[in-house]
Amino acid sequence: MRAGGVNRRGVLLGAGASALLARAASATELDPRLPAGTREEAVMEALPGKQDLIKLTWRPPNYETPLAAFADPITPNDRFFVRYHLAVIPDEAELANWSLSIGGAAAASEKTLTLADLKQLPHHEITAVCQCSGNRRGLFEPHVPGVQWGVGAMGNAVWRGARLRDVLALAGVKPDAVEIAFRGADGPVLDATPPFRKSLPLTRAMDENVLLAWDMNGEKIPIWNGYPLRLIVPGWTGTYWMKHLARIEVLDKPFDGFWMQKAYRVPRNMFPSAVPFTTQDNDKTSPITEIVVNSLITAPEAGATMPAGGFEVRGIAWDGGSGIARVEISLDSGATWALATLGRDLGRFAFRPWSFTVAKPASGAVTVLARATNNAGRTQPDKLVRNPAGYHHNIYATVTVTAA
Amino acid sequence: MQRAMLLAALLLAAPALSAPALAEEQPVELKPGPGVDVITANCGGCHSLDFVRMNSPFLTAEGWKAEVAKMRGAFAAPIDDASAAQIVAYLGTAYAAPK
Repeated sequence: MRAGGVNRRGVLLGAGASALLARAASATELDPRLPAGTREEAVMEALPGKQDLIKLTWRPPNYETPLAAFADPITPNDRFFVRYHLAVIPDEAELANWSLSIGGAAAASEKTLTLADLKQLPHHEITAVCQCSGNRRGLFEPHVPGVQWGVGAMGNAVWRGARLRDVLALAGVKPDAVEIAFRGADGPVLDATPPFRKSLPLTRAMDENVLLAWDMNGEKIPIWNGYPLRLIVPGWTGTYWMKHLARIEVLDKPFDGFWMQKAYRVPRNMFPSAVPFTTQDNDKTSPITEIVVNSLITAPEAGATMPAGGFEVRGIAWDGGSGIARVEISLDSGATWALATLGRDLGRFAFRPWSFTVAKPASGAVTVLARATNNAGRTQPDKLVRNPAGYHHNIYATVTVTAA
Repeated sequence: MQRAMLLAALLLAAPALSAPALAEEQPVELKPGPGVDVITANCGGCHSLDFVRMNSPFLTAEGWKAEVAKMRGAFAAPIDDASAAQIVAYLGTAYAAPK
């Protein structure tokens, strides 16, 4: 429904009655390093079908997962973060007649597929971290504008669907193909606002791990996370994981759109990627691609009082797909490090749990540092790698507790 | 699922109105001051105004000017020069970094 270039289609917003129950986020849910305005604005709020998440913005909805939810290396669907750029979001009724179309200048044919058609293809499953490029932007010092995420703009889920390459084969990919472009069913309020579209280099799109998923943790994907079909790009940041996927185009030249060429850019050569995206490079910047090695301490919470006789520190580590080689802990501000014990391996794209026992600490404040190293030999840095848009925050994880 | 109609068209046709009161979305109160009505009318159609409060108080007046320019340029927000100047002045006063 349109009038004067304004999309009047329903805009999906926060929960009705549940919005009345929104409560201020507690100190343990909000990092003290976040901007003061963010800490004042954030509330715990449940979107329909979700448990309480940390509401940063109502419309478009941007809600992050609270720290407590990361105790489980698989993030439950009803606690998985929600991130939208544009406010016109379809609901399930509007998606009842959803289909996926495939075409483009370098496609051999045009195809239209229903979910039933897609499910005729071989099914594949992968456990993978979906992490917003701007996760932890709110912890940048000095602050940079954007959604002021804390640590929870990420989640790890088991995704089930068909391989993108199997779907592309149905339409046929011509030899001159260079990129695959994706469009979701969500859109801008104003027709003049660039719709959210992304592309992948052909080599990445053909990777066996790239899926078009209809299931998330054994259930249909929640509307807020991309129902009925989401592009899964294990190892790359969430910006490529198109929700409500509606159209795929096989392109014979690089995709020319705001969300590739102007947004989601990092300074060239600052963050190496196993598969570079050279067709989208310019003189100064490259598109953001691979998730950098990172870790999070999930317990104990900051400020907790812990037994002086000893206590366990737990957390998760992840990277862009080489897998986690080790996690190290320091109790002396980084002078010495000891190995944490790695937990169950859910796959190289997944959160890797770890734990470490702090034995008989001196009474008083105990600051625990954690740093992960991946199988490519990269270790989390002790200083922020500054970049204008506030991406890839991956300095050491820290927590300070009191031993008594 | 609860849905609401966006009244942006109405809003743009009558910019003196405040942002639509949407049942599912809690109202975001911006600080009073000259220009607060202009920002509510011009910005609230496409996004909730918590985007302003969330991004405070660390941007300078120049930083806010760049954000407004991005909304008008990259996102094609139909904000005229006079309104944009009022919005920048308001944000640079009410939500800028402490000096």
